[in-house]
Amino acid sequence: MHELGIVFHIIRQVEEIAAANKVKEVKKVTLEIGEVSGVVPSYLEDCWKWACANRSEYMKSCALEIVTLKASSYCEDCREFYDTVAHGRTCPRCGGGHTYLVTGNETNIRDIQVI
Amino acid sequence: MEDYRVIEVKRSIFEDNDADAERLRQALREENTFLVNIMSSPGAGKTTLLERTLEELGGSLKIGVMEADIDSDVDAKRMNDAGARAIQIHTGGMCHLDADMTRQGLKELGTKDLDLVFLENVGNLVCPAEFDTGASANVMLLSVPEGDDKPLKYPLMFQVSELVLINKTDVLPYFDFDMEACRAAILERNPAAAVIPVSAKTGEGIPEWCAWLKRRIQS
Repeated sequence: MHELGIVFHIIRQVEEIAAANKVKEVKKVTLEIGEVSGVVPSYLEDCWKWACANRSEYMKSCALEIVTLKASSYCEDCREFYDTVAHGRTCPRCGGGHTYLVTGNETNIRDIQVI
Repeated sequence: MEDYRVIEVKRSIFEDNDADAERLRQALREENTFLVNIMSSPGAGKTTLLERTLEELGGSLKIGVMEADIDSDVDAKRMNDAGARAIQIHTGGMCHLDADMTRQGLKELGTKDLDLVFLENVGNLVCPAEFDTGASANVMLLSVPEGDDKPLKYPLMFQVSELVLINKTDVLPYFDFDMEACRAAILERNPAAAVIPVSAKTGEGIPEWCAWLKRRIQS
């Protein structure tokens, strides 16, 4: 359940931004979560409501939107991209392991909607 | 109708923790205290390893221990009995420590007179790897009964650790654990990692581990 810790960190950063911008309330937070970032969106949503209601000042009824970013890896031998979720670290073309993750590990706060 | 506006943020969820961790690392460097974050699964032998390490190094270094667990203080008691100044950090249900909890723990422990502090992280191979605690070095403790395939299953843990200790070598004859395959899998995830097989029970490898620590503290 690292999602609870992650939610606390999001709240802390969003509250700082809210205070610095003198907003009345934060209505929505949009996150970008990579498919292989290890963050489970449904767990994040479970923690979200409780943490906002109990541990925030500006985010009492703040909505959460999660944009999932697709995971893609690159094979250095084939010089081609492939789908990480389907094939992991092994290139589906050559079966080799000279591969690295290009996208899919993101855990970003994209923007916040405020009044 | 109230006026909505959007503020672009575009920053990592971990950015505030990473900044806290960097500040803590800097503060520890200035007071010459070396903080080692030890991570493993529950039952890999962190506490027994530390008991052995205290026996070996207790005469030459002033050592403190922070035990992080979801609940109980059995580990801190064992560390006190082994001669270290120890405190227990309760994470309140959380599966990992972050830099802010680590800083609070260090403050409670008092580190000014200490050369070396061990942070025994919550037993878990996933979450502690994601949160930088501000430690001077990350060490991962894997144990033989867990299997040699763990580096493949929990790659991030092996990427963030500069040393992997493979504990419980005394039970190697009873398990299908391939030490060379494990070492290769670790190096594939992290080519710079050091690997030392140890047995906290028999003492095998403990001198090498303590020599690594001393070298790392001096560097």
